Parts: sequence; C-alpha cells; structure tokens
Amino acid sequence: MNETITRQIDRSHMTVSDEVAIEIRNMNKWYGTFHVLRDIDLTVHRGERIVIAGPSGSGKSTLIRCINRLEEHQAGHIVVDGVELTSDIKNIDKVRSEVGMVFQHFNLFPHLTVLENCTLAPIWVRKVPKKQAEETAMHFLSKVKIPDQAHKYPGQLSGGQQQRVAIARSLCMQPRIMLFDEPTSALDPEMIKEVLDTMIELAEEGMTMLCVTHEMGFAQAVANRVIFMDQGQIVEQNEPVEFFNNPKSERTKLFLSQILGH
Amino acid sequence: MSDTHAQTVAFVRDTMLPAAPPPAQQAGAVRWLRENLFSGPVNTVLTLLGLAIIWFLYVAFGDWFAHSVWNADSLPECRDIIAQTWGEGARGACFAVIRERWNQYVFGFYPPELYWRPVMTFGLLMVALMPVLFGASLSIRRIVLSATVALTLLAMIALGAPIVWLVFAVAIMAFAFYASETEITRLLPFSALFPLLGVWLLWGGSLWGPIFVLVGPVLGWITWRVLSPRSAMLATIMAALVTVVFWLFVAGDAAGDAQNLLPMGIPAVASSSFGGFLLSITIGVAGIALSLPLGIVLALARRSDMFLITTLAVVFIEFIRGVPLITLLFVASLLLNYFLPPGTSFDIILRVIIMVTVFAAAYMAEVIRGGLAALPKGQYEAADALGLDYWKAQRLIVLPQALKISIPGIVSTFIGMFKDTTLVTFVGLYDPLKSMSDAVRASTSWKGIYWEPYIFVGFIFFLICFGMSRYSMYLERRLQRGHR
Repeated sequence: MNETITRQIDRSHMTVSDEVAIEIRNMNKWYGTFHVLRDIDLTVHRGERIVIAGPSGSGKSTLIRCINRLEEHQAGHIVVDGVELTSDIKNIDKVRSEVGMVFQHFNLFPHLTVLENCTLAPIWVRKVPKKQAEETAMHFLSKVKIPDQAHKYPGQLSGGQQQRVAIARSLCMQPRIMLFDEPTSALDPEMIKEVLDTMIELAEEGMTMLCVTHEMGFAQAVANRVIFMDQGQIVEQNEPVEFFNNPKSERTKLFLSQILGH
Repeated sequence: MSDTHAQTVAFVRDTMLPAAPPPAQQAGAVRWLRENLFSGPVNTVLTLLGLAIIWFLYVAFGDWFAHSVWNADSLPECRDIIAQTWGEGARGACFAVIRERWNQYVFGFYPPELYWRPVMTFGLLMVALMPVLFGASLSIRRIVLSATVALTLLAMIALGAPIVWLVFAVAIMAFAFYASETEITRLLPFSALFPLLGVWLLWGGSLWGPIFVLVGPVLGWITWRVLSPRSAMLATIMAALVTVVFWLFVAGDAAGDAQNLLPMGIPAVASSSFGGFLLSITIGVAGIALSLPLGIVLALARRSDMFLITTLAVVFIEFIRGVPLITLLFVASLLLNYFLPPGTSFDIILRVIIMVTVFAAAYMAEVIRGGLAALPKGQYEAADALGLDYWKAQRLIVLPQALKISIPGIVSTFIGMFKDTTLVTFVGLYDPLKSMSDAVRASTSWKGIYWEPYIFVGFIFFLICFGMSRYSMYLERRLQRGHR
C-alpha cells in the first residue's frame, strides 16, 4: 500500500526480549488546565519497534517527549531503563544520555559542522576523547551514508541529509532506545525514503524504537506494535497486520479510512 | 468528452537542457549612473539635492580647510600667517594647536618621560587581542601584528623608552609572531595575564601588587583541585571564596610588606594625571571587556526560571537603564565617598569604570536577550535531549548562536559606551573632548580656538568607532554558515 518501502527486510535480529525498557503507569499530563495525556499505561520491551499514530493534537508527540522529560508529567510513573523520571536532575540526565531522540525539524546545531554535531555530546557528556568520538561519528555517518559531508555545515545539506545527520548524532551517544518524533513530516517526498531506509536499518539491528509517524508503510514493514491515540488516550493497540486489516474501534477505522483512503 | 483541453498537446522532453551562461551585462559608467542615480524622477531630484549639499559644504568649509596652518605657536600667529598668505579677511583652520598640544590630547598630564608606558601598554593590548579578535585568519594577524609591532617599537624608541623595556616588548612580540605562525591559542595565557600587566604599566608602583593579585587565583585553583573529587559545586564555591578573601584581606598588606623587604617596581602615576585618549581608551577597553560577560550573565539570569534570580536581574537592568549615565558617574564620584569608611582610597578611574561597565552591561543584557529569544526552541530541546546540562547547553549551543545574532547590537553598545567615556568630564576627569580642550584654551596662546580641537578629537573617535563597526561586519561575514 505504500511504495516508499521497496526493500526486503532482514528480520533475523528483530527480536523482542522479556526485559522491560520503558514502563509507563497511569501517567497523566496537563498543559495548564488542558488534559493532554490521560491514564497512559504502556510497557515497552527491549527490541520492540512501536509506531504511534493518531490525528494531530492527540498527544502522540507529547507522550514520547515525556519519555526523555522534554515534557514533564504531573501524575503517574515513567521508568526508563530502571530509572524513574522525577524532578531529580541526575535521573533526567541519565535517562537522556541513554535515550536518543530525532525531531521533526532535525534541530541540528547550525553553527557546528556535521562532524562536530555528532561529537559534541559524546565529548561533553560521555567524556569520550575527541579522537575516539570522531571515529565513532564517522562510523555512524557512514552508516547513514553521508561520511563525505562530515565537514559541511547543516545549512548546506538537503532536508533528508540533515535528518540522517540527526539520526547519526543520536546514535553517537550509543543509546539503547530511540525516539522518533515525526521524522519524515518536514521532508520532500523524494527524501522520505532515504530517512525511512536508515530507520529500517536501525530496526534490523534490534534497536528499541518508538516512532510517531504517519508513514503507515513503515509501520507495516517494521513495527511489531501499532498504537493508535486520540484525545490524549491510547484507543487501540495491536500488531500491524491486525491493526490495519481488522481495526476494532470506530475511531481507528475512521482514521485509517482517511489516511489510507486515496 | 475528455478531460483534456482541445489545445493541450502532450509533450515529453527527451533531452534535458544544459545550463547556459547568463546574458552579457551591459557595462559602462553611463549605465551605472542611470541605474543608481537617475533611475526615476524622485531619484534624480535626490541626486541633485545631494550634489547641492556637497557643493554647499565645499563653499562653507573648503577654503577653511585649504588654508589650514600646521606650523605656529599661537592662535594670533596662525591668523597672521593666514592673512599674509591668503590675503586679509581669508579664513583658515589653525591645526597648529594639535601639532603643539597633541601630547595632552593623547596622554593627558601623564609624565612626559613615561609616555612610552601607555604606548607599550596599547601595543601589548593589540597583541593580547590577537587570538581573541583574529583567531581565524593568519593573513589578517600578519598585517595587524606587523603594524602593531612596528608602530609600538618606533614610538617607544622615539619616546625614550629604557632599553630593558624595549627588550621586554620585543620578546613578547617575537613570541606573539611565533604563536601566530604556529598555533595562536599559545598566546591566550598572555591575553589572560594582560589586564594585570596593563594596569601595572599604566599606574606603575610596586611589582608586588600584581604578583599578589595573581596569587589569589592560584590559591583558589589549589583549593579547587583539593576539593573537586568530593563535590564540584563545593570546590567551585570554595575556590572563589578563597580567591576573594585573599584579595580583600591578605593581598594588600602582603604586597606592602614584600615591598618593604624587597623593593621592586616602577614609578607610580596617579589617576589624576590620566587624561585625553589615554583615559578614554583605558575606561573604554576595561568597560568593553567587563560589560560583555556581565551582560551575558544578566541576560541568562533574566531568562532563568528561578523567580528570585529573574526578579533581581529585571530590577537591576531596568534600574540602570532608567537612570542617565551621568547620574551613575555622580554617584561614583560623590556618594560613594559618603558611604565608604573614611580614609578608604577607592580610585576614581576604577569607580568610573565600574559605573560605565554596569551601565553598558544593562544594555548589553537586553541586546543578548534578544539573541537568546531569536533561537528556535528546537535548539534547546536538542541540547536537552542529548543530555547536556544547563551550563554546557548554554556555552556550547545557545550562546555561540545567540551572540552571533546579537553582534550588531553588541558592537553598537560598545561604540555607544566608548563615546560615553567623554562624560567623565562631569566628575572632574580630563576627557579629550571637553576638559582637555578647555585646558588647552586656558593658555593665552590658544585662547579662543574652538573648531579645530573638536574636529580633531571627533575624527579620532570616528576612526576608532568606524574600526569597531568594520570589525563587527567582518565577524558577521566570517561566522556565516550557509542558509538554514
């Protein structure tokens, strides 16, 4: 149904273990008096690839932004890799250095070269020696297929290249979990594929991933679970085949008919 | 009926067009004139108006400048020369006053036999600024450094600097050249030490003073090394505390005792001897160097999410900005004396520098806050998401970009502050524009000369401010990083 994904996917390393990576219990969040997230319960196991879908304003981005505390939750618990997110700065920094995040608008640092973008956090947060950080950065830049752009500035790259740099930048921190917040929504159609390919490769290596995306082809090809949200709540979650072919709730059916209808 | 319009012709391109060169531009002066000066009726009128103004200025001042006299000992002599050369009733400028009194405009009442000291200080200031201002360009460094070295050494020799000091200056400059050619950051320790060296060279006195000032941070650093394994926060606070306590309670007495035991130093020059551009540049450079960091701290404080800190910053900034600089200078010169314990000697230039710094920093804070606000929120989020803490995020991500955006505003504040240094005339210091010109006019030979000193001083101020402005444009160009 979606022609952006054409390749064969190697599933040999896509295994889900029993180990819990993220545990969200009874989480609630408000923006002022507006109740954005309501009673969210979600357990993510290591190796899972979860796609979160839903209409705009349903709270999907807010949900994953709570996982690395870019947004603060007001009630309930979020435990990431065994560390509970509270207002304790130490815990927050610990979680953030374990969880990589890719944004819709890339958010690369425009005053630094691509290589410096990738080495900054390892050097200053992980205290990796500069030389070693650069080697790691070149490794991941090769993986996202832009090692030759290492000494350019982000402003000189195309959108797709910038997003791949952003992915490499996150990977340089060697995270155990990756969060993607609509990574392809700001891209031209021709560039979506190159970013999705990079994400698929990451999934093939067994990375634990949470993706907010409208790319349903990606969800079908890679995800092991699709979560549908509306009005701040999880409305339905299921494995992709069931989710797309046999949606249970009326809201999900309506949503799917609208985004897949044409 | 088909969807296709009757005239729509199907088309498939089988070869792509190669890129073609643009059409040749018509060139020539006539074309340039027509495009830039006479493109329409309004532009034509404005051009003619501009020409008229230039003509008017020429008629008004042309002969005055053309008849200027540079060799004379007094204003009446000047007038005689003009009358003899150009006929009775001719007008002419008498720049001879500059020729005769240039030293007062440059050095104030600094002892003439020590003129070489401010010259050397200024030369070394340029050297110390090299890694800060021109860290990125070897070719610019070569030009500026060569000019600085040549001018400084020639001036020092002409002013009769002792050979020991010449050798000292040459040694530092040789090292600067070596650092510039190999790795310019090697010069940074000298840049860090320069404020002490500069102050000592200008005011003179015992060498033990700067030495004991230096001991403070060294003790602080030792404290930090000892305590940092326990807690970084505690170590930083204790190190700062040790340094400040040492400066306040130990350094002064210790330097005095050391001077008694082993006298070492150069002749002291009192602050009252400072004047002219020496005074302006001293206050200006100190104000610029101190107001930028203070402005950054204030800007960050104002955007902090801690209520008390934000409130303090807002009150400080709004209060300082809401008061004329002259008020602050009066506070510095008069009120502080009432509040300080009797007998406290608190140098007037130091007091003025503090007030000018505080004043400029309040404006600076708002300029930088503008830059901080212009940064997209995503930059902060990306820094957070990578696990950078507040200070690292500010230092590595936020400030480099915010300061770059604010360069024009920052340099405007610098330029404004440098020109404001002339206001020190109101607290009895000899600024080059008002007090010094009054002092020159007070002598019988130059009584009644008004235009020439103002033109001269204004011209020097213009040169320095224009230099700062061009530097800011260079910096903006250099920091350009492609389009976002």
